[in-house]
Amino acid sequence: MVQKASVISRRIKETLIKNIFAVFALFSIVMLGLIVFFLFREGLPIFRVVSVTDFLFGPFWYPTYDPPEYGIGPLIVGSVVVTILSSLIAVPLGVLSAIYISEIAPPRLKEVLKAIIELLAGLPSVVLGFFGMVILAPWLQETFDIATGLNILNASIMLALMAIPTISSLSEDALYAVPRDFKEASYALGATRYETITRVTFTAALSGISTAVILGMARAIGETMVVLMVAGGAAALPGSIFDSVRPMPASIAAEMGEAPFGGDHYHALFATGIVLFFITLAFNLVADYISNRFKEVGSGTL
Amino acid sequence: MKNQPIITTKNVNFYYGAFQALTDITMDFERNRVTALIGPSGCGKSTLLRLLNRMNDLIDQTRVEGEVLFEGRNIYEPDVDPVEIRKRIGMVFQKPNPFPKSIYNNITYAPRLAGIKSKESLDALVEDSLKQAVLWDEVKDILGRSAMTLSGGQQQRLCIARALAMKPDVLLMDEPTSALDPISTAKIEELVDELKESYTIIIVTHNMQQAARVSEYTGFFYLGKLIEFGLTEKIFTNPDIKQTEDYITGRFG
Ligand SMILES: Nc1ncnc2c1ncn2[C@@H]1O[C@H](COP(=O)(O)OP(=O)(O)OP(=O)(O)O)[C@@H](O)[C@H]1O
Ligand SMILES: [Mg+2]
Repeated sequence: MVQKASVISRRIKETLIKNIFAVFALFSIVMLGLIVFFLFREGLPIFRVVSVTDFLFGPFWYPTYDPPEYGIGPLIVGSVVVTILSSLIAVPLGVLSAIYISEIAPPRLKEVLKAIIELLAGLPSVVLGFFGMVILAPWLQETFDIATGLNILNASIMLALMAIPTISSLSEDALYAVPRDFKEASYALGATRYETITRVTFTAALSGISTAVILGMARAIGETMVVLMVAGGAAALPGSIFDSVRPMPASIAAEMGEAPFGGDHYHALFATGIVLFFITLAFNLVADYISNRFKEVGSGTL
Repeated sequence: MKNQPIITTKNVNFYYGAFQALTDITMDFERNRVTALIGPSGCGKSTLLRLLNRMNDLIDQTRVEGEVLFEGRNIYEPDVDPVEIRKRIGMVFQKPNPFPKSIYNNITYAPRLAGIKSKESLDALVEDSLKQAVLWDEVKDILGRSAMTLSGGQQQRLCIARALAMKPDVLLMDEPTSALDPISTAKIEELVDELKESYTIIIVTHNMQQAARVSEYTGFFYLGKLIEFGLTEKIFTNPDIKQTEDYITGRFG
């Protein structure tokens, strides 16, 4: 009798716990769903004013002119250019530092370096933006003798600083996960440490490193504060890396306050948000795909 | 008939940090012979094996005393490059550890690093090594496939083939069949028998029958010491030391 009662009470408890978790999970999914729904509801109306192609590829972003032009081409180009340039800086630095930390550095230095990278990851983006504005911008301006230090190069460097911790720590996890057996096999065949790192450890970790790179880039493309502060803000197609640009997140953040609620400009900014959402989504899907694909075939035939 | 020793250890002590794993090991490994190392778990067999191709260098805070002579030269002299030693003394591990690359690239990995570039030489090397390791017939049509898709026994033979592709003088095998089924084990034992024509083999095993079947010499270790070393036949039929006899007959403990 006693036993039966306790079984029943345990069942009730388990059902209860299960349901509580389900409610929490459901809650976050519903919230996300609402955000996406809201994004589309506020963004889509702009396409009554401008066609999708004109919106995406239009070269002029003059939302406050009369008549206004809603082409986010320059904004997309700004985002893409800044993201690519920052990747060119962040990927080698992030991956090489991961290799150094996980494979080469003596144990004590390793701890120090990891701490520094974590510190970098913990820096609020507004602090980085501040640094870019007051220190890097004047320096760039003087060194290259240009009109303004608030430009693509500055934004790319700052975004790279933001992406490096992501790339480095995720790559390091991937390298760390490479079984010791592979490395031993390589050394036992008479490979040097350099050969082992480049041809065995690195290639075995390649899927994880690719994921790290993509997630780092996704972070750079969605980052707002830094580009708002140091990219210069010119909504025009850039001619060189010393030109100012206005990446999508900066545009949204800068203009949302002034755009009349419910107006075309307002809808256009939300539509820009939709584009950004899809780009980031694509990055994450690609990252997922790569890490799954390589997992299944055991890193296959690299 | 005694062959020339290819490797000789002289009064070797080995330490992991403060822990002494091997004490005063002196032994000769004869050329083109199979020497088996036996003994209870933790007695230092793997440690000794890894000492012979300087794999222990990869572990922090290890220390070697005494001499390990390979063809008369102490491989622990400061001017000896461990990479060169490992090219000439190959190793097969307890757990099959092919690279996550294609079968072909597993075999050509080390030869390529050693500078062999021509496609014909590499192709020939792949075929020869796989034939020597009795794996060729099973994989000749799937050389481009990932080695990870092979069975455990096939993977282990691939690892042997991979080691053979460097044409080493000595092959160190650390319990190469402990993860394998009886059929794969029998194949690898046959293989050892054939390979000794051209290689010197040192094999660690927990399987007494295996030691008796494949080796000419056997060394019995206990707690980091070489208790008895001699012809396998003698060790298994008429050992000098009681501990050896107890271990071999399973009365150890
Ligand atoms: N990396 C290491 N660091 C510290 N001690 C170690 C290390 N590797 C082995 N040892 C110790 O050295 C001793 C010998 O180990 P070894 O691996 O050589 O034994 P073994 O005879 O190969 O055993 P088994 O038959 O289980 O493989 C053991 O006491 C072990 O705990
Ligand atoms: Mg062992």
